[in-house]
Amino acid sequence: MSLLSVEGLTVALPPGGDRADAIEDVSFSVDAGEILCVVGESGSGKSITANAVMGLLPKGLPVRAGAIAFEGTDLLRLGAEPMRKLRGQRLAMIFQEPMTALNPLMRVGDQIAEVLQVHGAAADAARRVPELLAAVNLPDPAAIARSHPFRLSGGQRQRVMIAMALALEPALLIADEPTTALDVTTQMQILRLIREIQSRRGMGVLFITHDFGVVAEIADRVAVMQHGRIVEQGPAAEVLNAPQHPYTRGLIAAVPHGAAPERAAITGEEVLRVTDIAKTYRRGGIFGAKAVVRAVHDADFTLKRGETLGLVGESGSGKSTLARCVVKLVTPEQGEIAYDGTNLRLLSRAAWKPYRQRIQMIFQDPYASLNPRRTVGDTIAEGPVTHGTPRAEALGRARELLRLVQLDAGAMDRYPHEFSGGQRQRIGIARALAMRPDLLIADEPVSALDVSVQAQVLALLAEIKARLGLTMLFITHDLRVAAQICDRVAVMQRGAIVEQGPTRQVFSAPQHAYTRQLLDSIPGRGWTPPQL
Amino acid sequence: MEVSKLLGFLLRRGVKAAVVVLAIVVCNFLLVHAAPGDPASVIAGQSGAADAVFLEQLRRQFGLDQPLHVQLWIYVKSVLSLDLGFSHRQQQAVSLLVLERLPATLLLTGAAFVFAVTLGVTLGALAAQRVGKWADSLITVVALTFYATPLFWVGLMLVLVFSVWLEWLPSFGMSSVGADLHGLAVVWDVAQHLLLPALTLGLFYLAVYARLTRATMLEVADQDFVKTARAKGVPEGRILRSHILRNALLPVITFAGIQAGQLLGGSILVETVFAWPGIGRLAFEALLARDYPVLLGVFFCTSVMVVLFNLVTDLLYAIIDPRVEVAG
Repeated sequence: MSLLSVEGLTVALPPGGDRADAIEDVSFSVDAGEILCVVGESGSGKSITANAVMGLLPKGLPVRAGAIAFEGTDLLRLGAEPMRKLRGQRLAMIFQEPMTALNPLMRVGDQIAEVLQVHGAAADAARRVPELLAAVNLPDPAAIARSHPFRLSGGQRQRVMIAMALALEPALLIADEPTTALDVTTQMQILRLIREIQSRRGMGVLFITHDFGVVAEIADRVAVMQHGRIVEQGPAAEVLNAPQHPYTRGLIAAVPHGAAPERAAITGEEVLRVTDIAKTYRRGGIFGAKAVVRAVHDADFTLKRGETLGLVGESGSGKSTLARCVVKLVTPEQGEIAYDGTNLRLLSRAAWKPYRQRIQMIFQDPYASLNPRRTVGDTIAEGPVTHGTPRAEALGRARELLRLVQLDAGAMDRYPHEFSGGQRQRIGIARALAMRPDLLIADEPVSALDVSVQAQVLALLAEIKARLGLTMLFITHDLRVAAQICDRVAVMQRGAIVEQGPTRQVFSAPQHAYTRQLLDSIPGRGWTPPQL
Repeated sequence: MEVSKLLGFLLRRGVKAAVVVLAIVVCNFLLVHAAPGDPASVIAGQSGAADAVFLEQLRRQFGLDQPLHVQLWIYVKSVLSLDLGFSHRQQQAVSLLVLERLPATLLLTGAAFVFAVTLGVTLGALAAQRVGKWADSLITVVALTFYATPLFWVGLMLVLVFSVWLEWLPSFGMSSVGADLHGLAVVWDVAQHLLLPALTLGLFYLAVYARLTRATMLEVADQDFVKTARAKGVPEGRILRSHILRNALLPVITFAGIQAGQLLGGSILVETVFAWPGIGRLAFEALLARDYPVLLGVFFCTSVMVVLFNLVTDLLYAIIDPRVEVAG
């Protein structure tokens, strides 16, 4: 008998949704000592499935049919109180956002102790809490236990979450995208930790993810979800290397494979040369303790016409700050930003204006970077109009640009909320192109997108760049994406560029220890997606 | 939080607070003197002998013939030595007048504050727990009514209902006139007098707290850590108390700090309606009589209170929320 077996589970969506059921006829099982990965894009119903097992579905999403048998008990027939007793004791869950999943006002030790207290094991708390923190490889468990969550990094918080989930040695751990919000190196550590604990204790794990690299790293078996249904499931090696269902095949084909193709060296003239710039943030006043953060230093680079330079690094490495220095969204205190021979850093606001047209940015979050109260046409035309283009002409050009980013011209009079994430990012690209820039700065333009949409947007960017002869500064934390699109990459760590060179060279023969560490942390490195 | 850090914080904030109070003292002085009419002309007008010589004599007596900056200098110097001046109208030191009235006001505003915070937070929490049900709607309607009704009107209506029609409660003053009471009887008498003005003063803030608590609790209930608590198997009652309510109280504390600071000044209206012998009424009478020293003394007192309560709020915040550092 399996540890968990889900049979024909159907959960309804509230009326008026884009489909009748959030998940439909979902069946799978998890054995003790096994990791089942449920993979799917956003909206595929994978989190709903996890929450249904935990009995944590929101009120608006009732279970319509099916059975969830856990250790022989049907969880759907269980009352609220026996279900509560199972949660935290036999069934445990960790979540995606380590930054918000812990109570900010409670010490982490108390939060772990709470699990023991509410399940009648309060007496063990003092002894077990440091043990648990040590078990998830946190240094100085006693000090960590006394800390509040805000003192800990994302990776540390996720370890605390895992320690909390493991407190009563549950039989099944449900992990809902537990590494998605973490940096690659941290992600790799957490994946190894989950794998190690799982095999040591013979726990069953239901692991939800959207990333096939993570699947390749951790899964014993895989279930692929699309539109609320499981379209394919089987052993990891089979699904990853010989996918049967067209949807799985499409997803795997869209996975950036991390191998950099040979590219011809770019020999155009120099467009941008950044030398010796520094940006330092200071906190604290005359009385308080001072904290100095060197956000950017030792980060010289050049960009030739028609080239794409990737700035890669983990969160806090200064890659976005460096890019923002170039467009003066952030003012560096020293150095030279030579654009076509002019030092942009020294220009006044007014003198900057012509350059605003020539350098444009594309932002990460397609939900936040468009004004929700303006039509798409107005948003795209706004830049040119403020720079003196007649309105009719600007709107005409907006229509052309929508065609260029492969959107229907009918989009002109609609509002951003009517579009999906990928479509909004296309609108963002059209908005940037409306100014006829020759340098594009793309700040994590595909990080918020599903993998299939990500592949489309990257292909679109590459095509537009080639057609319009643009130069691009491409910021990303995802080395696989960088490998796919960049001619050269610069690796940033703690505000400095530690290594730069042609992409293929950096990927195949990394010189700096940090670059090697980053490359080793790419999830699923040992797996080469099959040619489909 | 270490004690040395706390002391350092208090010292730094103490210095800043002193500067702020000094600035307020100067502003108050200039504002009062910018108003038309001076005490000399009011007194002269009332005494009926308004010839120029008498006026001049009065002005000299009060020091009003000096240039403004000299008057300011004299005033600031005396405030710094904690001397709030002398009321020529009441023939008493201002500090005595204020101190005599202060307990009554503190009693009234303190009662209103405790009433508003406890009942407001309770009602807000109840409404959040039963969101969308009739109890929630009822609490929301009641809160909105109190929020929208003018203070003095509420006061008058309460007097009309409870004093005039039902004759349950006294309608003015702080104690029964002419009654010779002792011990607990005094307390009971004052409590009866206190009820209506405290209600009137507290109802508006009660509405604010109820709405604020309800809104933030609903917001907090949606946050990830509440889901974490559920996944841990924490019972609902405990989730509400130790996870949701505690986080939801942070904005309530911010507002309570603002209210505590305003209660002294805000009680003028209520003290006037209920003839409550506090400093609010003292200020009102002083204003009508152009009694500058008293007016300035009341202003000084209330501004010190505001600054003090701000300091207390910041300290409370730092104790409750570990993310807030006590920094200058």
